[in-house]
Parts: sequence; C-alpha cells; structure tokens
Amino acid sequence: MPRMTFPFGPQHPVLPEAIQLKLTVEDERVVEVLPAIGYMHRGIEKAAEKNPYLNNVFLCERICGICSFIHGMAYCQTIEEIMKVEVPPRAEYLRVIWSELSRLHSHLLWLGLLADSFGFESLFMQCWRVREIVLDVLEMTTGQRVIQSTCVIGGVRRDIDAEQAARMREMLKTLKPQIDAVIPVFKHDYTIKSRTVGRGVLPKDQAWKLGAVGPTLRGSGGAWDARMTGYAAYDELGFEPMVETDGDSYARTLVRVRETYQAYELVLKALDRLPEGETKVKVKGFPNGEAAIRVEQPRGELFYYALGDGTSHLERLKVRTPTFVNIPALLTMLPGCEIADVPVIVLSIDPCMSCTER
Amino acid sequence: MPWMIPNIAKNLTGAPATRKYPFEKRPYFPGARGRLEVDFLTCTFCGLCERVCPAQAIKKIGDKKDPDVTMLYKPFACIYCARCAEVCKFGSIKIFEEHTAPADRKLTLGREGEPVDEEFLLNNGF
Repeated sequence: MPRMTFPFGPQHPVLPEAIQLKLTVEDERVVEVLPAIGYMHRGIEKAAEKNPYLNNVFLCERICGICSFIHGMAYCQTIEEIMKVEVPPRAEYLRVIWSELSRLHSHLLWLGLLADSFGFESLFMQCWRVREIVLDVLEMTTGQRVIQSTCVIGGVRRDIDAEQAARMREMLKTLKPQIDAVIPVFKHDYTIKSRTVGRGVLPKDQAWKLGAVGPTLRGSGGAWDARMTGYAAYDELGFEPMVETDGDSYARTLVRVRETYQAYELVLKALDRLPEGETKVKVKGFPNGEAAIRVEQPRGELFYYALGDGTSHLERLKVRTPTFVNIPALLTMLPGCEIADVPVIVLSIDPCMSCTER
Repeated sequence: MPWMIPNIAKNLTGAPATRKYPFEKRPYFPGARGRLEVDFLTCTFCGLCERVCPAQAIKKIGDKKDPDVTMLYKPFACIYCARCAEVCKFGSIKIFEEHTAPADRKLTLGREGEPVDEEFLLNNGF
C-alpha cells in the first residue's frame, strides 16, 4: 500500500477548535504527523502592550474561554510579584475557589467531549448537564457564567457572603450525586475502554523529555502539578497530584476523573476555611521590573512572564499555554495508531487552540 | 435489564430536564452582570469610566467645560465587566441583572441614550 497524506482538521466534527494535522498513513495506520497551527491567532500578547496594565486582566481572561479565571489570576499574580503586592488571605482563598470551580467545569466539559469523540452522545449530554450546575454556581458568585472578570491586581472584586456560601454548598450538594452517576460509565464501560485502553501511549521518560504538562504528564506517571508550588492558598489547603502510570488515553481520562473529585473537595475545603478580612488592597504606581510565574490550568502548567518599564503600559507580556507544550507529546502518541483513533487521541490531551495561538 | 426500570419510570413520569423557553425563563442570580444602562444627564464628565474601560466602549467627546461636551457608549463593544459602574460616583452608569435583548443593528448611544448617527462618529473617530 503506498503512503498517502491527508489533512485532519482544521474543521473536523470532533475537534472543538481549529488545528490541522497532516497525517501520513500506510493503509489504515498513521506513520507520520505534521501539525499546522495559526488558524486562531489574535495577537493578544501585542494587544496587552497597547493597553494600560490594569485593563489587561480582562484581555488575558479572553485568551481562553474555559479557564478564563485562571488566566486572569495568572496575570494578576505576575504583576503582583513585580509590584510586591501582598494579597489578603481571603482573596487568596476566593481565587482558589473560583479556579477549582473552573477546573471542575472544564473537566466535565472535556469528559463530555471525549464521549462525543467516539459517538457516545447520551453521555456527552449528561456530562454537560452536570456542568450546568457548576456554571450556575459561578454565575451566582461572580456575576458571569464563563468570563468571570472577578480577579484584579491586588485581590478580587467580589466577595462570597454567608448567604451565598450557604446556597453554594446546597448547589454543590446536588452536584455530587450527579457526578457520581456519570463517572462510573468512564470507569467501567466497555465501549470507552475499548476505544481508550492502550491507545496513544506516552511513556514516562518521553513525557518528561518532551516537556509534557498537566494530565498528559500525570497520566504517564510524572508526579508534577504547578499547584504543588503552593501559590494562592494551595499550600494551606494541602494538595496531592493525581497520578496514573499507564500513559494511554484511558490513564489521562482517569487522571481527569480523579481531579474532578479533587477540585470538588478543594472548593468545599476552601469554603470551610475561608478567612475573614479584606478582599482587595489598593495598588498604586506602575510595574517596574520583570516576573515569571506558573499556575496550573485544567490542561496543565500555564506560564506568564511580564516586563514593566515603570510606565502604565507593559513592555512585554509572554504567555506559554499547556496545549502548546503538549503538541510534541501528541506527535509521539499518534504514529502507529489507526485513523479511527486519531480523534480520540488528539482529544485526550484536551487541546485548547485559542490558548495556544493567543 | 431490571436496573434500568427505576430510571425509565423516572423519565416517563418526571418533569422535563430542560426549561420550556420562552414560556419559562431562567431566573437571574442577584448581582449578575447582564445589561448596562447609561444616563449621562447626571454625568459630570470626569472621564474616569473612559479610562477604566478595557474595551474602549465609552468615549468622552469634547472638553469638560465645553457646552456641547458629550459621552458616547457602544453597547456592542461592551464586555459587561462593570468596572465603569464600579467607579462612577454619580450613578450615571448602572448594571442590571437581565440580559440585553437582541438588536438588528449596532447602535452607539449618546448622552441621553439616543442613537448617534454615523457621521458624528466618523468625525470624532469612535
């Protein structure tokens, strides 16, 4: 059988966002993959240099629609580090609550998309229905469902009062049995296992070598999570990374399943321990200097670098997103698999192209 | 498959999982950021809202002391972050919970909330 090359994407029923993979196949087997990105480039890094630094929070939140809060928080932490701003403890806990809620809804969305990638439509609908409760909690506490816009430099803009906290606990209580009803399907269903077990294997040494991050690395046995560095209030809440050792699509699914429960527990824990006090400190002056920080997105480690020159506008803002570093890992997973498995394996790294291309 | 029976019974007799829109609308949470209302008649033209707006959706035209000074607001450029409503000390900008209704054209609103014509916008670079 001669070799044949054909494009997979940028428009494909399974891909949530635009990436093109040029697949070279021999019969039904993939032998070579070449990615092409750049379909969703928006020039956000450059736009951030044209905006006053305080307004960039809202711009950075728009890098990604799913983990928008974490992007905003990462930008705020970078500027706070340059300006040596001490964030009040209550704001740190509120940041953890909202980031973990973002993770919860991102993972539920991804579990639905995985089910959708091999045509399990009913499971997809169930996952997204469960996710609605998390979005409702976010809307109630922040004012918006997806782009929260609550994080600002020096703290957070909104507070969770006792009444809201009680309602939030009630809503989260109804969420738990619904997650419990959906998750066993991912753990025990024959269809899901047959499409994911042993497919797209990434060995641990390869994962480290290629710089894989997030659930892609943890699914291969690498115990690394940026939350272990203890930013925001993670050091006080106690945090253990979720690790699986098989390195296949199923292991990555299980990592996300376990992280869904972990995020749920962290939200409740942070809500219980929420300290009293201010939620915001006033920030004066302009950033002068540089800083780089790392935070954990649902897809992996997110890196922000900012350089300020003492004016109201930043000299440079650099964002490195997790999908960008996971693409090399994806390219080593794909050769050897069958064409029908390509969508599932591509989805198993949870690609977010709007993050990657900014 | 007997374990499916309770689920089937629940699905046949229970309420639907979705809302019957538009007859039944989703209730808004208090504090949701849905619709922005501008009333520049109480405005003192301090220009703070223009400075904090991350989307450049608000613009002051003219000088504060000018008699024909005015404010323009572009609802279609607005991202509803409500920072302007937060900084306005005179209650000229308020945020409401219900969402904006769909519109058939992109309008820019003037000082009294009236639509502004294209030529005026072009002349003022907004």
